[in-house]
Amino acid sequence: MLSLSVRQISRKLQDGVIVPSDVCTACLYQAEKLKKLNIFVRLTKEVAEHQAKESDVRYTNGNVRSLLDGIPVAVKDNYCTRNIETTCSSRMLESFKPPYNATVVQKLQDAGAVLLGKCNMDEFAMGSGTVDSIHGPTKNIWQSGEKYTLLRNVGERATSVEQVQGCNSTHGSKMVYQELHHLSSHSNKEGSSSPSEEGDWFIAGGSSGGSAVAVASGAVFAALGSDTGGSTRNPAAYCGVVGLKPSYGLLSRHGLIPLVNSMDVPGILTRTVDDAATLLNILAGHDLLDSTTVQDSFIPLDLSQDIDISRIRIGIPKEYNCPGMSDEVMETWSGVADILERAGAEVVQVSMPHTPSSIACYSVLNQCEVASNMARYDGIEFGLRTAENRSTEELYASTRSQGFNETVRGRILAGNYFLLQRNYPHYFLQALKVRRLIAQDFTHAWSSGIDVLLTPTTLTDAPRYSQFISRDNREQCASQDYCTQPANMAGNN
Amino acid sequence: MILLYSEGKSVFTFALPALLIRAWTCRNFSVNNNDAKHFLSRKVKSYVSPTSTYTTETKFKNKKQSYWKSVVGLEIHAQITSTSKLFSQAGTEFGVPVNANVSFFDAAIPGTLPMLNRRCVEAGVLTALALSCRVNPVSFFDRKHYFYSDLPAGYQITQHRVPLAQEGVLEFHVFTPGSHHKPYSKKSCIKQLQLEQDSGKSLHDEEACRSLVDLNRAGIPLMELVFEPDLEDGEEAAALVKELMLILQRLGTCSCKMEEGALRVDANVSVHHEGEPLGVRTEVKNIGSVRAVGHAIQYEIHRQVKVLEAGGVIINETRAWDADSKQTVPMRDKEEKQDYRYMPEPNLPPLRVLLNDQPAVPNTYRDHINVQCLRRKLPELPSETRAKLTNKYGISPESAAILVNENVLLQHFYDIMEEKKSRDPKLSTNILIMELLTILNKKKLSLEASPFPSHTLGEIVDLLQSEKINLVTARKILQEIISGNSMSPSEVVEKYEWTQITNPSEIEKVCTAVIEQNPKLVEQFCSGKTKVFNSLVGKAAKITENRANMATVVQVLTAKLRKIQNP
Repeated sequence: MLSLSVRQISRKLQDGVIVPSDVCTACLYQAEKLKKLNIFVRLTKEVAEHQAKESDVRYTNGNVRSLLDGIPVAVKDNYCTRNIETTCSSRMLESFKPPYNATVVQKLQDAGAVLLGKCNMDEFAMGSGTVDSIHGPTKNIWQSGEKYTLLRNVGERATSVEQVQGCNSTHGSKMVYQELHHLSSHSNKEGSSSPSEEGDWFIAGGSSGGSAVAVASGAVFAALGSDTGGSTRNPAAYCGVVGLKPSYGLLSRHGLIPLVNSMDVPGILTRTVDDAATLLNILAGHDLLDSTTVQDSFIPLDLSQDIDISRIRIGIPKEYNCPGMSDEVMETWSGVADILERAGAEVVQVSMPHTPSSIACYSVLNQCEVASNMARYDGIEFGLRTAENRSTEELYASTRSQGFNETVRGRILAGNYFLLQRNYPHYFLQALKVRRLIAQDFTHAWSSGIDVLLTPTTLTDAPRYSQFISRDNREQCASQDYCTQPANMAGNN
Repeated sequence: MILLYSEGKSVFTFALPALLIRAWTCRNFSVNNNDAKHFLSRKVKSYVSPTSTYTTETKFKNKKQSYWKSVVGLEIHAQITSTSKLFSQAGTEFGVPVNANVSFFDAAIPGTLPMLNRRCVEAGVLTALALSCRVNPVSFFDRKHYFYSDLPAGYQITQHRVPLAQEGVLEFHVFTPGSHHKPYSKKSCIKQLQLEQDSGKSLHDEEACRSLVDLNRAGIPLMELVFEPDLEDGEEAAALVKELMLILQRLGTCSCKMEEGALRVDANVSVHHEGEPLGVRTEVKNIGSVRAVGHAIQYEIHRQVKVLEAGGVIINETRAWDADSKQTVPMRDKEEKQDYRYMPEPNLPPLRVLLNDQPAVPNTYRDHINVQCLRRKLPELPSETRAKLTNKYGISPESAAILVNENVLLQHFYDIMEEKKSRDPKLSTNILIMELLTILNKKKLSLEASPFPSHTLGEIVDLLQSEKINLVTARKILQEIISGNSMSPSEVVEKYEWTQITNPSEIEKVCTAVIEQNPKLVEQFCSGKTKVFNSLVGKAAKITENRANMATVVQVLTAKLRKIQNP
């Protein structure tokens, strides 16, 4: 049951084969069982059971709210949930209970979804491995040694997993389908025959690693991540689930604790493309509480329409072929392109020349916004406050040095440096110009008749924890985000 | 303004600063003008009536003296009248319990985002139009960073790169009632008008070693008006502020209650020698009233001159006006020289307004504010009202200024003139600005608490104009009514038989009686002591209980006395 798609489980609920409470119990059981993967920061058992019971009644009375009614979902721990701790995996917010629900959380609730728990992440979403968390790292379920119930499904579907990457001019509807044949091939790799070596495992990717593993492991049917430079798509790729980064402005950021306001989007993690579309349709639309959401009314996606693939032009941006990309990813990339071409699509090479500048540009913009966004964590209104009482300045200093990890502190320092009046033109302004060039790469591609860009998400498959942490956070992100980041730069292109 | 200082005497200035301050404090600025011999007192004198130095300028210039030019520029924060805050739905009422008007956004709860208040943008545009500013079709919001406990987000959202409006001008009259100087007109250019949020308030309890924060004010909408440094002294600055207040109140965009902090004036002050570059400026904050604007700036100019003349240097600092000690003191400044690390506010799209009327507004602009629409809604501005009063009613510019400064008076005036077109505007104005204000002042009543409706005042004007009563009787009527008599002025006149005696034969009789009853005075008059004439007139007034038409009395009495002198 836990391996079904949202649409499939929804059908079973509507047919009365099972009731939401049973699904909820099964999911909670699964979550408990997989505790050692460290998926959840907090299981919201009572909330889930209560919501499931209410959903039971709706199914009995026939006033079902949506396809999601009664279906367990999880939410990354950077979404505000009313009266439920929202930690951003940071000591700074360890005991922070938001007084309100994020818009997307509220929309899930209004749709009848059952909130199973809050998922682990890198502190303040700064990372690409879900390893930098006060709650400890999240482990990938693949090759984790856990009995993996989805295996049946993988067998059925001949190891095919769909992955989605939204790069659309209006609604993120143009999706890239990739078949990743080698997802579970770790055991065949040289020197990595034993997946569960003591103290080592494959990382989940990040920063929405908890959400991705929650979906992959069957603990929930869908989850919310967030995506600033690839934080939803990256763990989706490593965990073999669908990760959708909607266009900027399509989903409300209200209640999503920001990393980089101008690039953050709520991300969707599901097991099928169809499910991703279902969630997108429920979550998208203008929000008065987020002035950057698109005001035009949202036209729901309908994937049931037959797509005439012969009329689709697929672009392969050559700059995405970069140093460090594994042979396996390269083979898969060209393999998928071949499949699409055989199916009748026109596959052409395109150039997006500013792609290599994205990392440097992103790191400036990211750190500047981080420096600004983190200024509010001063121990006064909410969150951690140390016992320091010599002066307000001392209180700030001790609260902030104890509350943030090294990565966060490092970015704050760099960001404030970039924003100094004398540096602003050389860093921030310069980065904005490069950002525009990157965005124009996309505009040019679309205006040259390209409908879809086909790119890898990550340069390799999931690395081992030991291997991953041998490099620092900055290096990790720089290589991990290469293929995903330009889309965030471009925003709604 | 140009201040004149003799080189030789400057030593004194510096040697006696404490004394100077004490003199100002204790004597409340009213230093004896006869002290002019001493440099100090001259300086103080110029403080009392700064424009006096204008007149002496040329006189001293020729004597090869060193003199200073002072430069003043204002930054004014005006709280926009609005029921909710600039970026949140929290209320803005003044005086509510601590932290009652605080939304999650105002407290910078993570994940909250700003929502721009449309009303505030409209008020900003309206104000910009009234001040002849160029409204920018696109403006931007920026974050200004600094750490302070009453700034929950660690940054203030303001407009740094491109403000809502730029390049305006404010024209005003510099006229201080009580000073003997001719009013003159002055213009100050407005560099920019920007929208921004206010910060909260911190209370520091040193003993308990704690600070308390009230966020009611955090996020309150402000318009910051930055003026070019084109003023010369405190009096001009005070006049500018007064005129700005009139305009904002007329527009309804700001209550201008300085005591509630709804209007805050910061002054940048520097002094330099003519022909030399501008001096280092200081910023004076914490100015609590229009009067204090003048005093604080005047003090600061003098302080700077004094420091420079003694060979000292002015440091770029923020100083606070201390209304009690009447001096500016260095401020432990939260905004002391620091890098604000400005950054575009990523959560607010560019603010677009429609500058031109478009017959068919594209759908994408449907929510945008239409500037031309607002322009048509502009009310009559104070300068226009004053012009109307002088042109249409023939009132003096000074009287017009007083009427416009007090909205209640202006309303009375309009009502009086409206009720009866034949009423004399000048007479009506005099009743309002002399008699009404005097009696209210005596009773310590505000204009708002005045017991006189416009029609009552109009009736008094009628009685005067038709010579049914004289001015003394008019005052008695006002006194009667303010003491609780609910009768109309005519009824009062009737009841007490206060009708003016204008009948020549009756006045003739009165005058005859006065001459008969005061032979000594008449004798003195005839022997050349013409001063006693006034006493005789007074006797006539007394006999008639002030009811006689005094002009006629004077006429008749003069004729009679002449006859006695030259029989």
